Amino acid sequence: MTERNEAGVWQEVPSPFCGIASDDLTISVNDQQVTVIENGDPITVKGFETPITDTVPRVDGQETSLANAVQRIAELMRDSQQTVISGLGTDLNGARSAMALADKGRATVDHMNSTGAFRNFLVLQDTGWMNTTLAEVKNRVDLLLVVGSDIESAYPRFYERMVWPQETLFSQDIESRDVIYLGKAPSGDASTSPKGKKAQVIPCDDADLPEVMSVLRALIAGRTLQADQIGGIAISVLSDLAEKLKAAKYSVVTWSAAMLDFDHAEATVQTLCEMVKDLNVETRSSGLPLGGKEGDTTVNQVAAWQSGYPMRSNFNRGYPDYDPYLSDSLRMLADDEVDTLIWVSSFDIDRTPPKTDTTTVVLGRSGMTFGQEPAVFIPVGTPGIDHAGRAFRTDSVVSIPLRQLRDSGLPSTFEVLSAVEQAL
Amino acid sequence: MLMKLTGGRIVDPAHGVNDEVRDIYVNNGRIVKAPSDGKIDQEINLRGKVVMAGAIDMHTHIGGGKVNIARTMLPEDHAADVVARTELMRSGCGHAAPSTLTAGYRYAEMGYTAGFEPAILPINARQAHMEMHDTPIIDKGGYVMLGSDDYLLRMMAANDDQESINNYVAWTITHSQAIGVKVVNPGGINAFKFNQRKLDLDEKNSFYGVTPREILLRLSRAVKELGIPHPLHVHGCNLGVPGNMNTTLDTITGIDGLPMHMTHIQFHSYGTEGDFKFSSGAAEIAEAINSNKNITVDVGQILFGQTVTASGDSMMQHAAHSHAHPNKWVTMDIECDAGCGVLPFKYKDQSYVNALQWMIGLETFLLVEDPWRIFLTTDHPNGAPFTSYPHLIKLLMDKSFRNDVLSELHPEAQKASRLASIDREYSLYEIAIMTRAGAAKLVGLADRGHLGVGGAADITVYTDDDDREKMFSKPDYVFKDGKMVVENGDLIDVTWGTTHVVKPEYDNSIEKELKGYFDKYLTMKMGNFKISDDEIVDDGRGSLTIQPLHKGGRI
Ligand SMILES: [Zn+2]
Repeated sequence: MTERNEAGVWQEVPSPFCGIASDDLTISVNDQQVTVIENGDPITVKGFETPITDTVPRVDGQETSLANAVQRIAELMRDSQQTVISGLGTDLNGARSAMALADKGRATVDHMNSTGAFRNFLVLQDTGWMNTTLAEVKNRVDLLLVVGSDIESAYPRFYERMVWPQETLFSQDIESRDVIYLGKAPSGDASTSPKGKKAQVIPCDDADLPEVMSVLRALIAGRTLQADQIGGIAISVLSDLAEKLKAAKYSVVTWSAAMLDFDHAEATVQTLCEMVKDLNVETRSSGLPLGGKEGDTTVNQVAAWQSGYPMRSNFNRGYPDYDPYLSDSLRMLADDEVDTLIWVSSFDIDRTPPKTDTTTVVLGRSGMTFGQEPAVFIPVGTPGIDHAGRAFRTDSVVSIPLRQLRDSGLPSTFEVLSAVEQAL
Repeated sequence: MLMKLTGGRIVDPAHGVNDEVRDIYVNNGRIVKAPSDGKIDQEINLRGKVVMAGAIDMHTHIGGGKVNIARTMLPEDHAADVVARTELMRSGCGHAAPSTLTAGYRYAEMGYTAGFEPAILPINARQAHMEMHDTPIIDKGGYVMLGSDDYLLRMMAANDDQESINNYVAWTITHSQAIGVKVVNPGGINAFKFNQRKLDLDEKNSFYGVTPREILLRLSRAVKELGIPHPLHVHGCNLGVPGNMNTTLDTITGIDGLPMHMTHIQFHSYGTEGDFKFSSGAAEIAEAINSNKNITVDVGQILFGQTVTASGDSMMQHAAHSHAHPNKWVTMDIECDAGCGVLPFKYKDQSYVNALQWMIGLETFLLVEDPWRIFLTTDHPNGAPFTSYPHLIKLLMDKSFRNDVLSELHPEAQKASRLASIDREYSLYEIAIMTRAGAAKLVGLADRGHLGVGGAADITVYTDDDDREKMFSKPDYVFKDGKMVVENGDLIDVTWGTTHVVKPEYDNSIEKELKGYFDKYLTMKMGNFKISDDEIVDDGRGSLTIQPLHKGGRI
């Protein structure tokens, strides 16, 4: 459990920032200043150490009480024909309160990471997948195939924690593990083994990735191809990769949907997932989608159990009306369908609302700054620093308890949105 | 406030009361004695009405990772049953994989006041509790899944003593906030990760050398020795495989007389006779249940239509994936702990196999003699959604209705079943045993499932009707902890039930080794794995009820 000793040092602190829920952090708190002492990385350090600036809500740029700010949001919602509650960088109870408010206020819900997340959801809802979770990777992976993603830039400790542990359950020699990149090359050396074995890189452009993945799948299925190269990759190289995947006992194919940033990337995710299914006819192989940032998995999970759908439902008609295209909040804003945007972003001061002329309410992390002052700004606490909470990590299976590390007095998103719901 | 429920026909098998006219008094959520001064604050006239305790679903997949995968992957199934918000109720969706809110409302509207999630993965228990926390009105709880977790299999491979295993089981139950222990395809989920595709009762896990039989013996002994009232809850080997009845018979007789609950027995009662090489093993299985008093079962009845199967049994779900309808499916390997598989499925009355599955379930209900040892389930949503229970009750209580339905099914399947010749009709008393008194006893709920003084005032009131489906679909009243939540079949109040758990004792020194294991092999610290009591209370509307252990529990 997260525990604090007398010197204000906390042990075994879970990170809601890193997506893989590292919970071995040592953190000190002096007054309001949080410092990561052990096991930090650029993402968790920024997450924990961003200092508090504003603590007072503002309406139209004027400081006011929390009660007034809440009243103002309720008024905006009452007068609204179409509210969108988005951003949703929050924890379990923040997500619960957002869903309750959307239901009562007939709003649309979306998440700031939905563009990426829906590349996966569309596949889940069309054909499904065979996936795994982090501890299985840690103990079993013998071949890690990274598709189209420079994962260490977004998940700096993934390799250290999941691919290069000191020891595994099944006495596997860690150095025997192979890492292969298909598409983007890694930006650093995290994928290099402790004894210096480098990842194999099979580079290609994003634009060629859909075709390259299709060919790889076809080769695994035993098809012969006329071409001798695809996307600049010799077919023999892909054949070799196909053979390695077939020979592996527990390959893991990972990707970050956010990094597959091209049109119809869901089709590439689908090819990947179907390829994993094909491999499982003879051997074992699993997919591992990487996400879990800004509370995205948490919010999608809560929405699914409370409404039946992940993000992108519109409650305008009194029930969840799910449409991944029509209820894409960015599309709605661009097409001028929204008159009130409620943007929740309690983890990262740089995840500010999209540029829009729509009346905007922000429940943001203290320290957030704006090009254009929102109609209402309420600085809210960060889950796992300013208040307790719970959050899911990338695999949507494991969730961590987040603890309050300091007493900042900042309200939680749950408190604010529940108050707005009451005031509606 | 003292409330008198006057003149109802009480059916309370826990006290041997069968259709006797009595008054019930309720105060502070409990059933109390008649006040000595005769003063009451409110009286509700129940003359002529049938009064039972609130029903208890002892096996229903209402919360946790695989259920939420099922919800997320089935937008087309929800679309036919989206549920609008009312003054009282949140919006949501129903049918095969209902939203948590809708599930709670609909259970209550059917007179159910408790439901138990049977497959809580230890590592996913936090999520299961989050979802159950968002399930209104009914009480809840769950059985924690062991048997394919690498920690247990390592202990068994190292031949650790029973005491150590008991400690581990008790520790896991305690920190995942569960009320029982379940095992799914014992060791098979783990074996699938080593690319084994089936695992018979005496087949060894290729890495650990441990067999399903050994796992069942170790875990059922642990549950008994710890004094956990709910017997080991077993989803056996070879689910859905023609011929699995022999494995099931072997499982029943191989457990050394230890208490064991075999779940969704219908899916494990298949023979290989006939042209289709698929036949009913219900008679033999029922006979084995009748003669082995240590065995309890629930049926896992299938009913025709679209549903989704969500199971911890990744191995068998993967083997069945070509049957997915619509054609999409998910399996997961999970955290050196367990796994899961989710397949949408449509049971068709003109399919020989599906029709016979329907018959096998009903044969089992009707051939098992002791209603205290068999329980009414569809393994929601695997055999059918829980909302079909009133229909199932009618099938059990009304022979002519049953035979009418039967006569419409696949003709070859009809010939392969003896169902038409079975005359038994369940009585109201037997239904009350299966869904109330027996279920409470089986789960280990001391204060539920009965109408005696001191019991929780979870009470359901019906209008007697020869159409049993109609009767059980719309109770006149449902009281949850003494509060009227349903009137004339409609929800009138939303309350939040408690979470039932047991807290068996264990030797805390086990944590030394466990901590090392978490640090070295898992991806979460042991301390962060534990679910605190505060998490169950959560925002204040949750609560924890610790149920008593059986005497004779050791340690
Ligand atoms: Zn089940």
